[in-house]
Amino acid sequence: MKYLIIKNFHCSEQSVLKAYQIKFLSEKFPKIRLYVFGLRAKRGGHFDRIIRVCGILPLEQAMPFGLLKYGLSKRYPSKPDFVAPGDLKKSYDIVIVGGGGHGLAVAYHLACYWNIRNICVLDKGYIGGGNTARNTAVIRSNYITPESVNFYAEAVRMYGQLSNELGYNMMMSNRGQLTLAHSDATIRSFRMRAEVSKHRGTEIEVVDRQTIKEIVPNLELDIHAQPILAGLWHPDALTGRHDSVAWGYAVCAMELGVEVHQRTEVTGFEVVGNRVTKVKTSCGDIQCGQVVQAVAGHSSVVAKMVGIRLPIRSYPLQAMVTLPMKPFINPMVSSTALHCYVSQTSRGELVIGGGPDPYELYSTRSSLELKEDLAGHACEMFPFLVDVPILRQWAGIVDMTPDYSPIMGPSELDNYWLDAGWGTWGFKATPASGKYVAQMVAQQKVPEVLQPFGVERFYDFGLVNEMGATAASH
Amino acid sequence: MKVMHCPLNGPRNIAEFITFGEVNKMPVPDTVDDRAWAEFVFFANNTAGVVREWWCHTPTNYWFIADRHTVSDEILATYTIAELFPEPFNTGESDG
Ligand SMILES: Cc1cc2nc3c(=O)[nH]c(=O)nc-3n(C[C@H](O)[C@H](O)[C@H](O)COP(=O)(O)OP(=O)(O)OC[C@H]3O[C@@H](n4cnc5c(N)ncnc54)[C@H](O)[C@@H]3O)c2cc1C
Repeated sequence: MKYLIIKNFHCSEQSVLKAYQIKFLSEKFPKIRLYVFGLRAKRGGHFDRIIRVCGILPLEQAMPFGLLKYGLSKRYPSKPDFVAPGDLKKSYDIVIVGGGGHGLAVAYHLACYWNIRNICVLDKGYIGGGNTARNTAVIRSNYITPESVNFYAEAVRMYGQLSNELGYNMMMSNRGQLTLAHSDATIRSFRMRAEVSKHRGTEIEVVDRQTIKEIVPNLELDIHAQPILAGLWHPDALTGRHDSVAWGYAVCAMELGVEVHQRTEVTGFEVVGNRVTKVKTSCGDIQCGQVVQAVAGHSSVVAKMVGIRLPIRSYPLQAMVTLPMKPFINPMVSSTALHCYVSQTSRGELVIGGGPDPYELYSTRSSLELKEDLAGHACEMFPFLVDVPILRQWAGIVDMTPDYSPIMGPSELDNYWLDAGWGTWGFKATPASGKYVAQMVAQQKVPEVLQPFGVERFYDFGLVNEMGATAASH
Repeated sequence: MKVMHCPLNGPRNIAEFITFGEVNKMPVPDTVDDRAWAEFVFFANNTAGVVREWWCHTPTNYWFIADRHTVSDEILATYTIAELFPEPFNTGESDG
């Protein structure tokens, strides 16, 4: 049996043409089995046309090409993903501070789409060792302001394709997210969120108790004193393997010539006039054309080194997982009123997360109070969990903004760019912020999508308020 | 259980307290410009180190001030308001 594999097949006018060619091929050579990757399984538009016209069956979207190749071959891939670069060079066109998903995504996009390759990414620890590999991997776009819905919906779409784009298995899984309302006021806000999101092409609806029962049969609807009245069902939501996002971007960026230096802490900057001229690190000083900071919980600390004060406060955010169990909940279930959300990983562990700690702190210690709270609320939703042991628990430091929206944009300095304020919600944004922050740095101009998210909004009192759609939902 | 020493109630579980952020001076609303006011409302030092903060013991609604290390999570000292501010606050508002 021979295979013909078509990669990165996107739904555009052109693909309809390509689809005709594929159809022709398959008719001419019926013995060849055809696989098409990269088709977005979205209903409507081009997809329908391609299916109808050509009768091609798309392979499920999130299967990376590389995996199939290794699945079919007898040899195990022995190539190491990460090859440490040598010493730092004297100068780089772009220095990215922070090797989390965000910093690495910016590097990848600059190298791949803007052909800027003289880049280094510096991390004081190891890549993904910050919040990127500490989060609970909720990827959703059911926000309330049109600006946010636009931005996050693109991020969700990009995530659906990311395993293919980077050839790195992120185990993306389209579970959907169910957010619970325990009061009339919450139902009203759900209606608004649903309408705004639908208007922007996101799949979302307000559902009643009966439907909730069908989506999550094990959920306790009659929680004492806080019965569940309705839900916001967002079938687009995804979850995946978070560390592979940092790794996937790093591997691809390095293939394009980007240097990723781990255990290299930025300790200061030299500023001349309105420009940063030098980045001081624990491994020596380097000259820089442009600097991007993407250090999440340490945003204020690094910004202070160049004399910038930000509207950010850093808090620990804690999470935990239970022992693995047989699969029993498919979607991610979240309750803002209970400050708790639950999902089940592909390994069967329940991931339990909630709101940040009650006071500011730069420590990833955990506290019994918060863990007890999380466990208690998870048991209110799923009472049969009472005897299930906690397997692991941890915390990350999150950079909270007053309006629960990020800061992406220029700073007071000409060549210093901010990607900060990602708080408890920034994992889902990684591909889109990588794309647009890279575009902004390459073009030296803020793209339209990012305009609402500059730090100037706080001076203009033009906040992008996402508190209600974010707190404890992530 | 983490313990905080309240100047009024002595050592208590930290869960009984809430913080109201760093002790800083409010600009006079009538004379300050919009930019400086926005700085005061939204921006923060967010210091990684020792910070002097407002705290309140919620069961007794008792307000006081604490020095806390935001990296090690140690509470270094607590003070009554009168200890640090013997003079009453000037909020810039007239008495009339
Ligand atoms: C428990 C938890 C659950 C979360 N759940 C979700 C969720 O479900 N969905 C969601 O969308 N988001 C979630 N988040 C938020 C999300 O994880 C973050 O917003 C996102 O990962 C930030 O990515 P980043 O690349 O900006 O930062 P990070 O991954 O934190 O990377 C920053 C890097 O900067 C490095 N660094 C810091 N200072 C320096 C320095 N001076 N020099 C050099 N390097 C430095 C750090 O070592 C770190 O590796 C959660 C966060 C936590 C902690």
